[in-house]
Amino acid sequence: MRYFAPLAVFAVIVVIFAFGLHQAPRKDLVPSPLIGKPAPSFTLPSLADPQTPVSNAALRGHWYLLNVWGTWCVSCRIESPELLAIAHTGVVPVIGLDWKDRRSAAIRYLQQRGNPYQQIAFDPGGLEAIHWGVYGAPETFIVNPQGIIVYKYIGPITPGAWARDFLPRLRAGQAVSGS
Amino acid sequence: MIPELGQFALILALLLAVLQAFFGIAGPALGRERWTAAVVPAVAGQFVMVSTAMGCLMAAFIGNDFSVRYVAENSNSALPLFYRIAGVWGAHSGSLLLWIFLLACWTVAAAIGTARLPRNFAARVLGVLGTISIGFLLYTLITSNPFVRLDPPWADGLGLNPILQDPGLAVHPPVLYTGYVGLAVAFAFAGAALLEGRLDREWARWTRPWATSAWAFLTCGITLGSWWAYYTLGWGGFWFWDPVENASFMPWLMGTALIHSLAVTEKRGLFKSWTLLLAVLGFSLSLIGTFLVRSGVLISVHSFVASPGRGEFILTFLVIMIGAALALYAWRAPQMQSEAGFELSARESFLLFNNILLVTACGTVFAGEMAPIISLALHLGKLSVGPPYFNPTFLVSMLPLLALLPLGIHARWKRGGLGERGRTLLITLAAAALIGCAVAFGVFTGAGILSPVSMTLGAWIILASLIDPIDRLRRRIAVPRAVLGMTVAHIGLGVFVIAMTAVQGFTAEQDVALTRGMSARDGGYTFQFERIKPVHGPNYGGAEAKILVTRNGHPVTVMYPQKRTYWVQHMVTTHSAIDLNGGSNILVALGQDLGDGRWSFRLQVRPLVLYIWIGALIMAAGGLLAITDRRYRLAEAREAAPDGPLPAGGSSP
Repeated sequence: MRYFAPLAVFAVIVVIFAFGLHQAPRKDLVPSPLIGKPAPSFTLPSLADPQTPVSNAALRGHWYLLNVWGTWCVSCRIESPELLAIAHTGVVPVIGLDWKDRRSAAIRYLQQRGNPYQQIAFDPGGLEAIHWGVYGAPETFIVNPQGIIVYKYIGPITPGAWARDFLPRLRAGQAVSGS
Repeated sequence: MIPELGQFALILALLLAVLQAFFGIAGPALGRERWTAAVVPAVAGQFVMVSTAMGCLMAAFIGNDFSVRYVAENSNSALPLFYRIAGVWGAHSGSLLLWIFLLACWTVAAAIGTARLPRNFAARVLGVLGTISIGFLLYTLITSNPFVRLDPPWADGLGLNPILQDPGLAVHPPVLYTGYVGLAVAFAFAGAALLEGRLDREWARWTRPWATSAWAFLTCGITLGSWWAYYTLGWGGFWFWDPVENASFMPWLMGTALIHSLAVTEKRGLFKSWTLLLAVLGFSLSLIGTFLVRSGVLISVHSFVASPGRGEFILTFLVIMIGAALALYAWRAPQMQSEAGFELSARESFLLFNNILLVTACGTVFAGEMAPIISLALHLGKLSVGPPYFNPTFLVSMLPLLALLPLGIHARWKRGGLGERGRTLLITLAAAALIGCAVAFGVFTGAGILSPVSMTLGAWIILASLIDPIDRLRRRIAVPRAVLGMTVAHIGLGVFVIAMTAVQGFTAEQDVALTRGMSARDGGYTFQFERIKPVHGPNYGGAEAKILVTRNGHPVTVMYPQKRTYWVQHMVTTHSAIDLNGGSNILVALGQDLGDGRWSFRLQVRPLVLYIWIGALIMAAGGLLAITDRRYRLAEAREAAPDGPLPAGGSSP
């Protein structure tokens, strides 16, 4: 009987994998129930200065990316050069949501690697991220001038993803809104 | 035209793989001699077709054919030729093709290596390899075809991710995959034994060189990856317990258990069903690793972009391959009886402990890998498992493993005991403890309790490994290659343990902001910021700082950390300057321009860090040395005699 044990364990693992696959972020399918809905509005302290608030209400009328990141997130480190490049192109401002992080570590991290963000909201408790339906980092949302979430990208943005998933949406949107 | 040729070659390769699998498994089962004889031509044909496909993709990269989507997304006309070639395996589809190509290479090697073994057994080995090839060819053709065209073609490609533009990248995946795929050969040997329902000591001797060489390649591949991550990503660490790192580490742990278990099966005819299981699990973990990395279940540094269908496909393939192997195991393994018993203090016991501890370690890594998925499946929310889990749990099984190693290699087979070696071992332990404490407390400062203990264990492993070869040399007895290989591999492990202890226990690290002419101190060294100037590369520009490093007033070295901006993607990467000084690794990373001529730097002094990778490479070299042992060549030279006696002479590890 004991010779069946490996098979039984494997069966359990397969079931877990199937569940995991079912739950897995589907980058090509509709990844979030929030798409097409108004972006949750937030007002959080700025990372650089706790006294200065950062609010997305002020961004109405502009396209922006909301990038959820943290210094503890290894994939965010991989993503950071691409985010810097995106910021450099000036196509769209990138707003950072520093998630479940320590302020000193985050500031040091940005000094070392460069800061791609126009503004950074600091969310150490992770409460705001819940409203956005974030379940991992990095995640990036495209928000249009009407404050509607157009798209959500999960995982580190690659040059290919930028060209394929981001630019067409931003260009199409900007042509329509004329901005 | 060339991409279409590649696609066509892949389809033909699939058909030939089907023939190879069918003839290899059905031929011996039904006793059809002609079918069995057709396996080797199918192997050869498949190799030619897969090589053609690989050549076509490479030609598209070299010729900058941006009408091919995969090329356009992963290459660029400004890219140096070397990286255009490496770009072939820079992303998902191409790396799968590389996987298939390496499998075809191993299969040809296996066809040559098994030519003198019993015909039915050889055919079954190749048949099992054929089924694996079918799975990967189907996967590539259906979900990840690298030859898909773009209409209209792009004027120029996006370029290769700059983080991946490094000699380490060019070499790391092929070497790692060679190890992964090599485990498929051990898997196929196990599969053939299960299909035959018979396993003897000869089987273990046939399997050992394959398992050991796959293990050696896997070791090299993981080492290269660790080194690449260490210096390209500038993270200052050598291991992150990243899901993809774990995916390569689990088969390694299982492979390590396998090569030790095979020793017992060959030498004493024991642990037969256990060895079979390890051979099955080693490759199964390679497949599971592939699933985890490419299905989007886990998001990681190395993740390939997931797309619908891919995950389902690999999961189905996993269920068929591993499920069939384990079902076959449940059916056949009870027939594989051990040939003899052994005492508790015998070498068999120590190798059993080795196996239990390695499999436990693999299990803890696997549990850590699965925890986030289970948590997600049960709606318990996001859970990230990192070093705080992996480090202590891994140590719990590794410390006893290290402590038992010196005893195990000197324990006698069957009746047990250390014999006259007991005293020598005690002396080496005392010497090792002396060295360990002297290094931990004398050379470095601020040692905890763990550092002297693991330093001692590392030193003891090295000293104890030397006892036997020195003894043989003194008595003027030749040292068999297998024993020499084992000794070298264990010394490599000792070196690795000592280096890791030094790095973990005694690293000095800090971030500083400096203006020109200012200096900072770290880990006993003084760093002076001399100047900064622009640099120009073939496809990037950037800044380079000059740092003078001195120790106690004596100049040590001059370092030039860089920050590069790649034009095509506007990406910025950090190229840390690394210097080696008496085993210590000094690292300076150039940070941000803080204005007014002030720049931020990260300074690090990591003692002995280079020996982590050197130790690992010594281990791999030991493995490669061991497979050159005479008795494996004898096994090949002899005509097939399934139940023949073992060649006399030569103690085995």
